[in-house]
Amino acid sequence: MNNRLINWFRFASPHTFYPLAGKMIPIFWVLAALFGGAGLWLSFFVAPTDATQGEGYRIIFIHVPTSWMSMFIYMVMAGWAAMGLSLNARLSSMMAQALAPTGALMAFLSLWTGAFWGKPMWGTWWVWDARLTSELILFFLYLGFMSLQASIDDPRRADKAGAIVALVGVVNVPIIYFSVKWWNTLHQGASVSINKSPSMAMTMLWGMLLMALCLWMYSIAVALTRVRAIILERESHTDWVKQLKEIKA
Amino acid sequence: MNAMLAIIRRDLLMVMRRKSEVLTALFFFVIVSSLFPLGIGPEPALLRKIAPGVLWVGALLATMLGLQRMFAADHADGTLEQMAISPTPLVLLVLGKIVAHWLVSGLPLVLMAPVLGIQFDLDTGALGVLMLALLLGTPLLSLIGAIGAALTLGVRGGGVLLSLLVLPLYVPALIFGAGAVESHIAGLGAGGHLSLLAAILVMAAFFAPWAATAALRIALE
Amino acid sequence: MLSAHGLTCVRGDRRLFVGLDLSVDAGEWLHVRGENGAGKTSLLRLLAGLSQPAEGEIRWCGQPIRDTDSTYRQNLLFFGHHGALKEDLTALENLAFAAAMDGVELQESNAMQALYRFGLKGREELPVRVLSAGQKRRVMLARLATRKAKLWVLDEPFTALDVKAVELLSVLISEHVAGGGMAVLTSHQTMPIPGGRVVQL
Repeated sequence: MNNRLINWFRFASPHTFYPLAGKMIPIFWVLAALFGGAGLWLSFFVAPTDATQGEGYRIIFIHVPTSWMSMFIYMVMAGWAAMGLSLNARLSSMMAQALAPTGALMAFLSLWTGAFWGKPMWGTWWVWDARLTSELILFFLYLGFMSLQASIDDPRRADKAGAIVALVGVVNVPIIYFSVKWWNTLHQGASVSINKSPSMAMTMLWGMLLMALCLWMYSIAVALTRVRAIILERESHTDWVKQLKEIKA
Repeated sequence: MNAMLAIIRRDLLMVMRRKSEVLTALFFFVIVSSLFPLGIGPEPALLRKIAPGVLWVGALLATMLGLQRMFAADHADGTLEQMAISPTPLVLLVLGKIVAHWLVSGLPLVLMAPVLGIQFDLDTGALGVLMLALLLGTPLLSLIGAIGAALTLGVRGGGVLLSLLVLPLYVPALIFGAGAVESHIAGLGAGGHLSLLAAILVMAAFFAPWAATAALRIALE
Repeated sequence: MLSAHGLTCVRGDRRLFVGLDLSVDAGEWLHVRGENGAGKTSLLRLLAGLSQPAEGEIRWCGQPIRDTDSTYRQNLLFFGHHGALKEDLTALENLAFAAAMDGVELQESNAMQALYRFGLKGREELPVRVLSAGQKRRVMLARLATRKAKLWVLDEPFTALDVKAVELLSVLISEHVAGGGMAVLTSHQTMPIPGGRVVQL
């Protein structure tokens, strides 16, 4: 047991993590493809046509998983950033930095697919329901994190400042969600909310779960790829980077 | 405690010597609020409906204008450094700066709001709720804004970046603050909204100074 | 009483210095020398507790300063490159504010006396912004004289001082050290103060 613990910490340095990440990436791409294949098959061929919404509702198989992932990635990103801040660990902060664009992408896709769902269903591209509005604000929180890190030249200061933004964001996300929900119920007019989706058949739920798993695997693969690039960039002055065959070439 | 009062006194003294700072935020509030009727139309019923939202957004933007200078001047002339190494805990000094910022940027808005509210044809009850909501909300804006100001100290593109960081966090204050007035106008009573706003204010009063202090130390490294 | 062990300072990608040890005891002062960019200011900021070293530890009376920062700071007076003066306030107001920050009592008469000693008679009630650069630096001298801190960490304190003021500051530092105080200074000039050791970066 003790041995295992020590082994994990060995990978806490960019130097040792870099090759490990390289080996893990293909595995996650394969998993993503498998889950994605199963999920899409379920979504398009197995799940029944909805009585009221026809075929267009199938977009929830992208919309809901991307929403889940955007929230999940924010939590994970904040977790890594907090670790980087409290333990003064560079690699943890680099992971947070690597996750942010993927999380932002998930949030953006969620908003976009939400719009595509809304248009045929309720005639508008945008609905100010609680979930979509909170998603929009989450998207802004991601943008804020990424912009702040991009604007600060010193990487360690960028790491720590970003960590504070992420942590403040994590605390605020429930508050923001609650306030938006409150606002939405107060102003609920005739507009239908995406919350009131059709009651789920089991196949629909499975479809969404599989797609969520697919996106999760995809996110890990992409984040690992990105963190390798970040490691190369930030450690470019070290000997081990200069010795890598992809750099020497 | 002494040191905190000293900071508040010092900041107020400096504002007294350059009165333009107080007035700029106030004028901005007035102008922005006046732009909406110009853009939308003068019907009293419509104005009454949009008033809480418009006035709150105006207050948000006016507060944000003054956020950058919360720490920037002290950072530039070295007094922030001195505060960081003073025996008084930095968090108390930061709290002092936030209080001073509110007194200069937030309180005038609270006092000005009824005048603007009259422009929007709000009745006295609604004006009272508006003032109370702003009284609870503007300190919240200063507290959260301090975190953003500390994070973006000396950073390129600071002003816009500050807005991007801070505006999403302002959403709950906006919703409950404007909602309180709308609720009162609709006859439902503002109690719920105002209590929630007060609760968030208390939470922010505890946590925001710590976050801002951490961000300042990072900026000073 | 102040000691540093194995200090390593990293700025961006560069390692400014590695494994630096130093110590200062009562009645001693250190002259930190080095070329521009060698890390003199970084070292002083580490000693003041403004930044954390990449490796190593700084101790005050045997305790790491990270753990006892309040006690350490009560005994510390640090001057960086900036004058740490608010331009819109007068010299007296600046001193009063600094004293409030430092948690010390400062009688107005003592403050005035200090300002007069350093040639600011008649200018103590003017906003600092109208003083010359040299006069602004003299307000710093007044703070040194009135604060009574054990350890002085001064970054380029002789900048912008005329010959007379250089002499005044040297006397001030000598008196401080002779009276049991400690100082760590950087300066490009050789300094006419007895009892110093050199730390070369």
